[in-house]
Amino acid sequence: MDMAVEAGVIKQHLIDPEICIRCNTCEAICPVNAITHDDNNYVVRADICNGCMACISPCPTGSIDNWRTMPLVRAYTIEEQLTWEELPAELTPEQLEAAGVSAEAAGDPAAAAPALTQAQAQAAIEPAFNSAQYGATVPPWSAAHAYTNLFPPKTPTTATVVGNFNCTEAGFDSETHHIVLDFGVVPFPVLEGQSIGIVPPGVDAIGKRHHARQYSVASPRNGERPGYNNVSLTVKRVTEDHEGDPVRGVCSNYVCDLKVGDTVHVVGPFGASFLMPNHPKSHIVMICTGTGSAPMRAMTEWRRRLRKSGKFEGGKLMLFFGARTQQELPYFGPLQSLPKDFIDINLAFSRTPGQPKRYVQDLMRERAADLAALLKDGSSHFYVCGLKSMEEGVVLALRDVAKDVGLDWDTVGAALKREGRLHLETY
Amino acid sequence: MSTINYGEKIPNNVNLGEDRTLQRALEGWQPNFINWWDDVGPEGSTNHDVYLRTAVSVDPQGWAQFGHVKMRDYRWGIFLNPGDANREIHFGDHKGEKAWQDVPGEHRANLRRIIVTQGDTEPASVEQQRHLGLTAPSMYDLRNLFQINVEEGRHLWAMVYLLQKHFGRDGREEADALLQRTSGDENNPRILGAFNEKTPDWLAFFMFTYFTDRDGKFQLAALAESAFDPLARTTKFMLTEEAHHMFVGESGVSRVIARTAQVMNELKTDDAQKIRAAGCIDLGTIQRYLNFHYSVTIDLFGADQSSNAAIFYSSGLKGRYEEGKRTDDHILKGQTYKVLEVKEGQLVEKDVPMLNALNEVLRDDFIKDSVAGVGRWNKVLEKAGIPTRLVVPHKAFNRQIGALAGIKMSPEGRVVNEIEWAAKRDEWLPSSEDFAFVASLMGRVVEPGKFAGWISPPVMGINRQPVDFEYVRFG
Ligand SMILES: Cc1cc2nc3c(=O)[nH]c(=O)nc-3n(C[C@H](O)[C@H](O)[C@H](O)COP(=O)(O)OP(=O)(O)OC[C@H]3O[C@@H](n4cnc5c(N)ncnc54)[C@H](O)[C@@H]3O)c2cc1C
Ligand code: SF4
Ligand code: SF4
Repeated sequence: MDMAVEAGVIKQHLIDPEICIRCNTCEAICPVNAITHDDNNYVVRADICNGCMACISPCPTGSIDNWRTMPLVRAYTIEEQLTWEELPAELTPEQLEAAGVSAEAAGDPAAAAPALTQAQAQAAIEPAFNSAQYGATVPPWSAAHAYTNLFPPKTPTTATVVGNFNCTEAGFDSETHHIVLDFGVVPFPVLEGQSIGIVPPGVDAIGKRHHARQYSVASPRNGERPGYNNVSLTVKRVTEDHEGDPVRGVCSNYVCDLKVGDTVHVVGPFGASFLMPNHPKSHIVMICTGTGSAPMRAMTEWRRRLRKSGKFEGGKLMLFFGARTQQELPYFGPLQSLPKDFIDINLAFSRTPGQPKRYVQDLMRERAADLAALLKDGSSHFYVCGLKSMEEGVVLALRDVAKDVGLDWDTVGAALKREGRLHLETY
Repeated sequence: MSTINYGEKIPNNVNLGEDRTLQRALEGWQPNFINWWDDVGPEGSTNHDVYLRTAVSVDPQGWAQFGHVKMRDYRWGIFLNPGDANREIHFGDHKGEKAWQDVPGEHRANLRRIIVTQGDTEPASVEQQRHLGLTAPSMYDLRNLFQINVEEGRHLWAMVYLLQKHFGRDGREEADALLQRTSGDENNPRILGAFNEKTPDWLAFFMFTYFTDRDGKFQLAALAESAFDPLARTTKFMLTEEAHHMFVGESGVSRVIARTAQVMNELKTDDAQKIRAAGCIDLGTIQRYLNFHYSVTIDLFGADQSSNAAIFYSSGLKGRYEEGKRTDDHILKGQTYKVLEVKEGQLVEKDVPMLNALNEVLRDDFIKDSVAGVGRWNKVLEKAGIPTRLVVPHKAFNRQIGALAGIKMSPEGRVVNEIEWAAKRDEWLPSSEDFAFVASLMGRVVEPGKFAGWISPPVMGINRQPVDFEYVRFG
């Protein structure tokens, strides 16, 4: 989705997994709880760490003092970092430039004054608007408890493919598949909004086993087929990279080409905050592009199943969904058949021939009156999922909607974050 | 509150000056501590200026100050993590009640025992490491050894403070006794077995700091949950220091492996004799050292079934590792846990009441953590393209404590008879010949930036100093 990218840049704080001894000192010492860990790694949450340096000298190994100039929109997620076996290289100036970051804005990391630690240098670079800072790290209060990391990267489990079909219109460049995986008797409980990792077979260019790629679960908690131990995914075949150059994505192509009966290695589940509220009066606003629709489909479907049983008359569902064209929009057909009084659907197409480009944030501004009412209601929850480049525009649109009706965004934004009511998952 | 007052004779952040009796008691103990340090502390180091880390306050900004200090002038003192007046007991029968600031009479004997046992391990490691300074493989390693030594000394202070402040006359006597026992002394040994073993060489030292100081991490973490608030706050601060010890062990072994792998690749051989001839420690010897230190260390967690463990937990004295992050009822009545026993020559699992198995629970947490680190060592081999992998032996291998004590078992977990044990012992545990070989490599290297031939340089220096920094200035 070719949303405009505002060039924000951060020095992202990272831990070197090859040197870190997992001693927990940094986690115990960080005053804002920016550090967390699983059985594999210790990692820093980019949206919480404020570069206060409290963790630097107590770390016995020095592994904590790593900083990467990153376009804000591409900051490494916690889930990504947890799977690392080594630190990724610095982005090259070309890569930064391509992501809209000028060499000047990025600073020259190599030339950092030796007396300054890299962390202090970070403080000097203040991004204009940091959408990530508003994303919650806690789930809504009424969310169900999520299991995570039952199968960490070291010990994947196996699932069998029981379905695989193209859920976009065939023949278009961008092809998105709906894949159903069955776990048999292996426990793999997931909730709407969680993701799982798929480990593609084979090795990468330097002979290391491929790392797992993450995919959001597109099915509700009781299975793609209710009562079965299966999940569905929405996977887009990656044929060009973020810069538009042709590339054959390792995992997405592997997944799109799987046949029924094939087995795949799965890790996870991941994610304990992008979870849906369960109390009957909760409203859900879903904003997504492309395969970001996967968790939205899961939540919508769970609400639909609940509604059938008469449990959800109160809460509203509102969806903003963007794609280049109608043909490339996953699940376009099924979406059309949902009742209007169940879900308020807003579709934005950016490449419909003969039509002006429309992005999800344009639609959000058009629906400002309804969104403002929802922003004022403490039962509303906002979910944003899709390509990184959409995140900032969407959060800015929310901010403007709030401002236009005289709400103080700093108060509203902070409440949304604290109460686990604004969730950002972009990749 | 959290700033440490260095103006006083005994630096502290606990307002020692306001408690005259306690201050006098500690001041009485201090000369004995210094004598002990002079007698059995790091040999031949009195005039060195060592680049040490010292705490000036216990909050994040202040607890790691670096500078050259004479070890005898190290500012040993009493530092407790900041307290929380409203802290509640979060496990056991007293769950939900306010944490104790004083020792409840009925738990006095048990708490004292826990503190004495922990305290006894601290001077023991200094004694065990006494002679290692004379054979350090580099100035960098020498500095790390000294840092560990002074911190073990401070950990002793931490426990002595608790004894003297909260246990009256008994406490003072126990505090004195901590300086009277000596590691390996036949007549007056240290309380726990592993702390009477020798640390003959640097490979043993790295294994010790990897495995045995990790025992420290788990014991301290369990005590950091205690309902007795002063103990919880003391051990929390100790944990931040303990991390450095584990770092020395983990990176030390890793560097030994890296050097061995490098030489194996250069010589294109995996023949142990050729590797030894090239002045490196072969992977078989490293594995045998690992088997030894691992098995001796897991004994430190105590018997697999223990009514004391149950009492300690239920009465709130000692929690589990990361108690606060667990999601069960934190009372554990009616739950079970699997422990191992040997039946008719076979290892079998049996369910025992969870509360009685808490030593085993802590041991298993330790095992998981240790195994992960061994995995990181294996990455070094993997990267070098060497197919050998190090493994931790079976939990029942070479055990001296609990239901598995004395059972003869192969590292893979097969019960064997005495004859096979005798025949294979030297394949599984370091032999006198292994010790002799490793000892033969231990020569002193102390020129800045130089390293003995059996170990690689570290990836980075301490506190971002260069690797060839003058970490120790010899007086
Ligand atoms: C939490 C989370 C949830 C995710 N959920 C989904 C999901 O539900 N469905 C889904 O299809 N993907 C999802 N992704 C993205 C997915 O994990 C992979 O990044 C994606 O499938 C590409 O992997 P690949 O192996 O095919 O490409 P790689 O071989 O890893 O990369 C090839 C090239 O393509 C670029 N690239 C990677 N991803 C994209 C992209 N999406 N668009 C354009 N260029 C790209 C890379 O930078 C690289 O240059 C999610 C990611 C995260 C972190
Ligand atoms: S303090 Fe350093 S070594 Fe310890 S867990 Fe954190 S990053 Fe790793
Ligand atoms: S720099 Fe500060 S905020 Fe960031 S992880 Fe370290 S201690 Fe936490």
